[in-house]
Amino acid sequence: MQNNSINFKKQATIKLADVRLQNALSRLQSRFVGGRAAVISEINDFQETRTAAAAVRDMALNDLEHWLLQFEQQATARGAVIHWAENGDDVNRIVAEIAALHGVRTAAKSKSMVSEECGLNDALEKAGVKVMETDLGEYILQLAHEAPSHIVAPVVHKNKEEIADLFADHHHTPRKTGIAELCREAREVLRPVFLNADMGISGGNFMIAETGSVLIVTNEGNGRLVTTLPRVHVAITGIEKVVPTLEDVTTLLRLLPRSATGQSITNYISLLTGTKSSEDHDGPEHFHIILLDNGRSSILGSDMQKMLRCIRCGACMNHCPVYQNIGGHAYGWVYPGPMGSILTPLLGGLEASPDLPNASTLCGACGAVCPVRIPLPDLLRNLREKQMERGMKTRQETFLLKSWAWLALHPKIYSFSTKIGVRLMKMMGGNKKLIHSLPGAPGWTNGRDFPAPSGQTFRELYQQGKHS
Amino acid sequence: MNAREKILGKIRDAQLRSNANNGASVENTLSIAQHLAQHPRGPQPPVIGDLLKNFKERCLKLSSDVLETTNRGDVPNLVARYLNEKNLPTQGVCWPLLSALPWREAGLDIQSRPSNSQDAVGVTGAFCAIAETGTLMTLSGKETPPSTSLLPETHVAILEPSRIVASMEDAWELVRKEFKQPPRVVNFISGPSRTADIEMTVTMGAHGPYRVLVIIAPLT
Repeated sequence: MQNNSINFKKQATIKLADVRLQNALSRLQSRFVGGRAAVISEINDFQETRTAAAAVRDMALNDLEHWLLQFEQQATARGAVIHWAENGDDVNRIVAEIAALHGVRTAAKSKSMVSEECGLNDALEKAGVKVMETDLGEYILQLAHEAPSHIVAPVVHKNKEEIADLFADHHHTPRKTGIAELCREAREVLRPVFLNADMGISGGNFMIAETGSVLIVTNEGNGRLVTTLPRVHVAITGIEKVVPTLEDVTTLLRLLPRSATGQSITNYISLLTGTKSSEDHDGPEHFHIILLDNGRSSILGSDMQKMLRCIRCGACMNHCPVYQNIGGHAYGWVYPGPMGSILTPLLGGLEASPDLPNASTLCGACGAVCPVRIPLPDLLRNLREKQMERGMKTRQETFLLKSWAWLALHPKIYSFSTKIGVRLMKMMGGNKKLIHSLPGAPGWTNGRDFPAPSGQTFRELYQQGKHS
Repeated sequence: MNAREKILGKIRDAQLRSNANNGASVENTLSIAQHLAQHPRGPQPPVIGDLLKNFKERCLKLSSDVLETTNRGDVPNLVARYLNEKNLPTQGVCWPLLSALPWREAGLDIQSRPSNSQDAVGVTGAFCAIAETGTLMTLSGKETPPSTSLLPETHVAILEPSRIVASMEDAWELVRKEFKQPPRVVNFISGPSRTADIEMTVTMGAHGPYRVLVIIAPLT
C-alpha cells in the first residue's frame, strides 16, 4: 500500500468535518472501549498478566533468530514450506509463484494487515489470480475499492446505508436494510467462493516455535474456511510474530480479544500445523508460510524495539482522542492510531511521515491500555526527539520554541510580557470571554473558540491570595 | 545471498548490538532449551468451584445453548426437540464415532460422513472443553473432520463431562499427554460464528454456524 502519511494534516482536517464519520467513530468507543473495560475485570490480576505478556514478547524478540530457526525447523518437519521476504514486493512475487506452481486461479483471503502492507491483492490480480476478501469488513472494502480504517474493525467508517447500496449494486439483489439480512447476503455470496477457491490466504496472529504452528484468531469463521477447504494455504506474517511455546501464546490470548473487541475469547482460535495427512478428509495439501521483514529487523536492537511487541489488538487507537476524532484513513498507511504513528515512520521512514509522531496529545491512554505494555507515549517522544536532532521541525516551530526558552530564562521580561498578554486577551474575549481568532495561531481557532483568560496572571493571583 | 540469510543476518547484527548493551550471551541458548522443555505457564485466573458449572455459565455468555443428560442414548431426542422447537431442518452429518447413536429413531437424518455445504446440522464430539471460557477444543483427524463444526448452520457438540478442564493450558497438557504433536488443526470454538463489522452490531452466523448446541452427556 502506498504511504500517504505525508498528507496527514490535510486529511485530518477533512475527516474532522465529516459528520458521518464522526457518528461512525462514536460507535467504536462504546463497543470496544466499554467492552474492554467490562471483560478485563474477569482476570483477577490483569496488570500481572500484562507484565507476563510483555515478558513473552520480549523473550521472543531478544532471541528472535533462535526462535525463528526453531519455528522453521518444526514447521518444515510437518510439511510446511517457509519463505522469507525482505519487503512487500518479495511477498507478492512469492505468492504469485506459489499460485503458478499449484495452478491456482482463484484465492479466498481472510483478513491480513501484513498483506495490506504489500498491496497483495493488486499484485495477484496482475498475475492473473482472482482474489476475494472474505472477512465481511474487508469484503465490503474490496467492493468499495477502499482501504481499511481500523486494524480490527476495518469498515468502522461506513454506515449500513452505504453498505446496503454497495451490496445492491454488486449483488444485483433488492436493497436490504437490516444488518442481519446484509450479513446473510454476504454469507451466501461468499460461501461458493470458499468452496471453489484453489488457494486460501491468511495472516498469522502468532507463530509457535515449539510446534512450528501458525495460530489465527477470527470471529466470523472465514479464517477457518480459507485454511480448511482450499488445496493450498498461504499464511503471511511478520518475522516478529513468533512466540516460544503454547503456554506463552495462551497468556497473549487472554489479552488479545479482551483488548481488541471486549470479548473474553474470540470465537475461533485455530492452531495450524503442517499439511493434510493421507487420512484427513479436509485441509490443504500445500502449506506455505511467508515471513516478512519489511523494515522490522532494523527496529530490533534499537531504542524502539518495544514496538515489535505489538499484537495488533487496536486498543491504543480505540482509546486515542486523536483517532477517535479523525478515524484511520487520515494516517495515510496500513496502521493508524498511536501504534501506526510509531510503526509507519519506523517502517516507511520518518521523512515520509513527519506529522505522525506529533499526532498525539501524549495523554498516555494508549500506553495505559496496551496489553503488552508498549510505552507508546515514550516511543512517540523518541521519534519527536529524532525529528529535532535531524532538523526536521519547521522554522516557525523552532523559532517559537527558542523564543519561549529565551523568555523563560528572563523572569522579569516574562512577568511583564505575560501581564500585558493576558490583559490584551481579556479585552479580545469581550463579554462572552471567548476569542474567535487567535492572532499568530489562527489554526487553533479554526474549529473552536479560545477561552479568554481572566485578565491577571497566575503570579498576580498567587500574590493576592497570599495577602488576603 | 538469499532473503533468508539477509534477514537472519540483520537480526543477528541487531541482537549483537543489544546484547553488547545487556551483556547477554551463552546463557540464552541454555534458557531457550529449558523454556521449551518446561514451557512454564503465565498467570491464570482461578476457576472457582465446579468445572461443569463454570463451563455451562460461560457457554451461555457466549450465546451457546447447553443441554444435559445422563443417558447418552437420549442425545438424538434432545437434538430433535431442539431443532423442532426452532423449526430447523433435521438433516445433517456426524463424526463417524457418533454414528451408532439412535438418530433415525429420533426422527433425524444424520449421516456419518464429512460435511458438504448443503448439510444443515453438524454433530461432533470434542477433544476437551475449557471451563474458564466455555470453549470447545476439537482436533482434526480421520474420524474428526473439522468442517463438520464449520459448514452447517447448526453445530451440535456432544461433550463427555469428565473432559472439561479448567484452562487452555490444561488443554495443551492433555494434547501433549495423548499425542506426540498437535494434529493438522486444533480448533477452539467459543459459541456461534459472529461479526460486528457493520455498525459494530453483533450478528450471529457470519460464515460459520448460526448456533452451537452443547450436549453434556457421559459416555457410560
